Amino acid sequence: MSFDLKGTLKPLTALKQFGQKPHTLTNVPFIPREAADRYRGLHYNNLDECIGCGNCSTICQNQAIDMIPVDGIEGKNGDSGLRPRVDHGRCCWCGLCVDVCPTGSLSLTKDYVYVSEDANSFLWTPGVDNPEGDERVSFFSTKETSLNDLGRIPMPELEGMERIKSFAEVVLGYNEEQARAEASRCISCGLCTEACPEHMHIPEYINAIAGGNDEDAVRIIYDNNPLPEMCGKVCTRRCEDICAIAHRGDPIAIRWLKRYATETVENADLLKEIINPEIKEPNGFKVGIIGAGPSGLTAAYYLALKGFDCTIYEANSKAGGMTMYGIPRYRFPEDSLDKQIEYIQKIGVRIHFNTKVGKDISFGEIYHNYDAVFMGVGFPKPWTLGIEGEELHGSIQAVNFLYEINNGKKVDIGNKVIVIGGGNVAIDAARVSARLGADVTILYRRRVQDMPADWEEIEGAEAEGIHIISQAIPIQFHGDEKGHITTVEYLKAEMVPDEHGGRPKPIAIEGSNTVIEVTAVLGAIGQQGDYSFLEEEFDEKVKIERGRIVVNEKQETTLNKLFAGGDSANRIADAISAIADGYRAVKGIEELLMKGK
Amino acid sequence: MREKATTLYIGPQHPGITGNMMVRLKVEGDTIVKAATEVGYLHRSFEKLIEKRNWLQSFTLLCRFCVPEPDPVEESYARAVEMIEGREVPERAKYIRVLVLELARIGSYLLWYGGQSGSLGLYTVGQWSVGDRNYILDLFEALTGARVYHMYIWPGGVRRDFPKGFEKKVIDTMDYLEKRLDDYDDLMFDNAIFKKRTKGVGIIDKEKAVEWGVVGPPLRGCGIRSDIRIDDPYEIYDKLDFIVPVEEGGDIWTRALVRRQEIRQSIRIIRQVIDNIPGGEYYNKVPNPQKWALPKGDAYARTEAVRGEVGMYLSSDGSINPRRAHFKGAAYVHAITLLEHLLVGENLADVAAIMNSLGTCPPEIER
Repeated sequence: MSFDLKGTLKPLTALKQFGQKPHTLTNVPFIPREAADRYRGLHYNNLDECIGCGNCSTICQNQAIDMIPVDGIEGKNGDSGLRPRVDHGRCCWCGLCVDVCPTGSLSLTKDYVYVSEDANSFLWTPGVDNPEGDERVSFFSTKETSLNDLGRIPMPELEGMERIKSFAEVVLGYNEEQARAEASRCISCGLCTEACPEHMHIPEYINAIAGGNDEDAVRIIYDNNPLPEMCGKVCTRRCEDICAIAHRGDPIAIRWLKRYATETVENADLLKEIINPEIKEPNGFKVGIIGAGPSGLTAAYYLALKGFDCTIYEANSKAGGMTMYGIPRYRFPEDSLDKQIEYIQKIGVRIHFNTKVGKDISFGEIYHNYDAVFMGVGFPKPWTLGIEGEELHGSIQAVNFLYEINNGKKVDIGNKVIVIGGGNVAIDAARVSARLGADVTILYRRRVQDMPADWEEIEGAEAEGIHIISQAIPIQFHGDEKGHITTVEYLKAEMVPDEHGGRPKPIAIEGSNTVIEVTAVLGAIGQQGDYSFLEEEFDEKVKIERGRIVVNEKQETTLNKLFAGGDSANRIADAISAIADGYRAVKGIEELLMKGK
Repeated sequence: MREKATTLYIGPQHPGITGNMMVRLKVEGDTIVKAATEVGYLHRSFEKLIEKRNWLQSFTLLCRFCVPEPDPVEESYARAVEMIEGREVPERAKYIRVLVLELARIGSYLLWYGGQSGSLGLYTVGQWSVGDRNYILDLFEALTGARVYHMYIWPGGVRRDFPKGFEKKVIDTMDYLEKRLDDYDDLMFDNAIFKKRTKGVGIIDKEKAVEWGVVGPPLRGCGIRSDIRIDDPYEIYDKLDFIVPVEEGGDIWTRALVRRQEIRQSIRIIRQVIDNIPGGEYYNKVPNPQKWALPKGDAYARTEAVRGEVGMYLSSDGSINPRRAHFKGAAYVHAITLLEHLLVGENLADVAAIMNSLGTCPPEIER
């Protein structure tokens, strides 16, 4: 082979590289190399933003993240109190935990050097152990890069102005495809379960719906709520307020999904077939229940499953209590409860309708005839404003108004209605009045954002053309010579911060008197209990504080074997809390009666 | 006189092997009479693990199929998922994907420069090329947040858009590399030692290559023009102007020449990508990964990696996990079927050079 001169000399040109700038950085390791602006290095967690949902831990395929309690961080509504701890020996810095973090609290930093001879020290809690990481954050998620499904599947509804033509149900419900898609947004963190007064198994049934197992969902729901269709329509849904996804997007439509699942079952027979409840042999104990509202029905259902003989006494002709008689038909059609009540009766609960305790039957008779008594009598009596002119004709209590309308009766409200209050009853009364053809205005003492009513209800009212005048305190109703109301006079209010850190207080502004013409005023500032049915011997034994019956954690009152729940016993006063009361009472009653058995 | 055969082991730990793999050699003097590849040191059960993970979680495994060039695996997986679901990928994402794939190709070839020359004792090349590869890794770091395991191409597009000033950085790096390639020519391809040690060594028979399913530079080095980017264009390769270099001969030298030219083609592609990349979305967001179920169906997506055609077969039963994932790698044929055959009759000193020229990748063989 000939000598390759070119091939021998050419490589020598490499010598020209002498004196070139080296690839390596000469000052490493004394000055560490600065990582790129998007570098995926050691974790940092903003502890205040983190809600301990654990989605980072769930997504991590290296099982490098676990959730642990951290000193100084208490669990609260919407925050598990836990924080992610990362095993930096297992982490592979893919950053999925960052991209699925619903609040965006978790991020990765530019730091990539961590040296220790102690292998256990690689396990540390971002944010707690590296508070300085805040300034080094490099890889983080935004709304755009987030892997969470932030947008809710819109609920099909009647158009705003179409709605007020009738009492047809406004919300039309998800179809199967919509429900699956909405359920698929859930990250199963379970913060909602904690927030729900009844601790419903929300992630589990949403998971079932997402997976196409509607019957499983129904069974899971019935595990601790026998009135899911009602909750699916009118629940105050505290769960959605704290939904992890709500931090950056719309909360999962938990309520609508529950509604979807229960509506897939056509009738009570099918419901029974699907749930296929295990009903225990009769144990010989009889429980009397006063009021077929949510709490009473819940107690009756679960007691019946446990073999108790349950009888409910209900003053009205239909079960459901305030949900049936206080919530307008466009939100809660009359047949909404039929299937559930029929099913509850099918498993052996007796309901005596049109039987008012204190009139048709005495409390004493029930108390003496049953081994235990549960009382869920609600808050039937409205509060009055206590201002001049309230007795005028045309000044009506909103709950009474709703009761009459729901019973199919006519109430003359004219064409210009003022509703006073900011709760759900006020919005209901306003939207019903709009359906009766009136021009409706709501007067509320505080700001719109302070209204205790459901935000969707407020939006619904606005879509139906209802005006809201906020920071308005009514001071007097004026009437004509026939005693009919003609105008409402109110003062404008300014919001003054509360010294004790509470919510700001409305203080009337002197001389800001405004007068509006009206044909009717509907007062909706709250209700109170009516315990006049309790005979004297019981009345003194049942302790009542600030209008509510005092109960212990098992819903037991101060009177032996009497239990109570619902609005008359709990301050939250909504349907799901009432159901929770009923459920707790079941345990209380079981413990009381089955002692030693 | 016939010498007595000795058994020798190359690997599993050996600088000439690109990962943990062993070749058991029977040698007579310096001549190999039998070669058997033994694997089993790197099996991590990735395909089975993918079945246990949801459709998004697997991407931390995918990049570990082949360490020097992780992106084609990510890309083929992402595209298979998109094929099953019928998910659209934004045009911009396709451009970015091609940019990433070509950067990975360059990075991987630079690493191969080092390996190929190092196996012949030319260590300076490796020191240069690994240094130059770091400039590619810098680009990856700026774009994806990581230097080696990018986990960047995923179903629906890519994870993040270009950072500020990224286009210029890419072009600057390409300009630099283009100049640098001449230095490599001087040091490596014009090197008498390199030529002598590679020409006529490890010759692949053209017909056998087709029969056995040899792909990539080893096949193109036999004079067969085969490249998925042209044969079955994916992403935006059909819109790009580039050629697939082919050399006749089938030895280490021609395989090296093919790779040498491909780097320049990749630079050409990258320039076109930067010039033509459209604006708009870079990611068609997938649903909540925890509950993201794909429709029933299966798909096979193939991608041209530096080793040749690789492909991901995915099968979905309609649930949130793949029912089956199977990866078709190039290295299996190259490092077992082909290598065992090629080594027979060769000199012991050429084993590492032959192996490097085939683009073997033990982690890809075993997964």
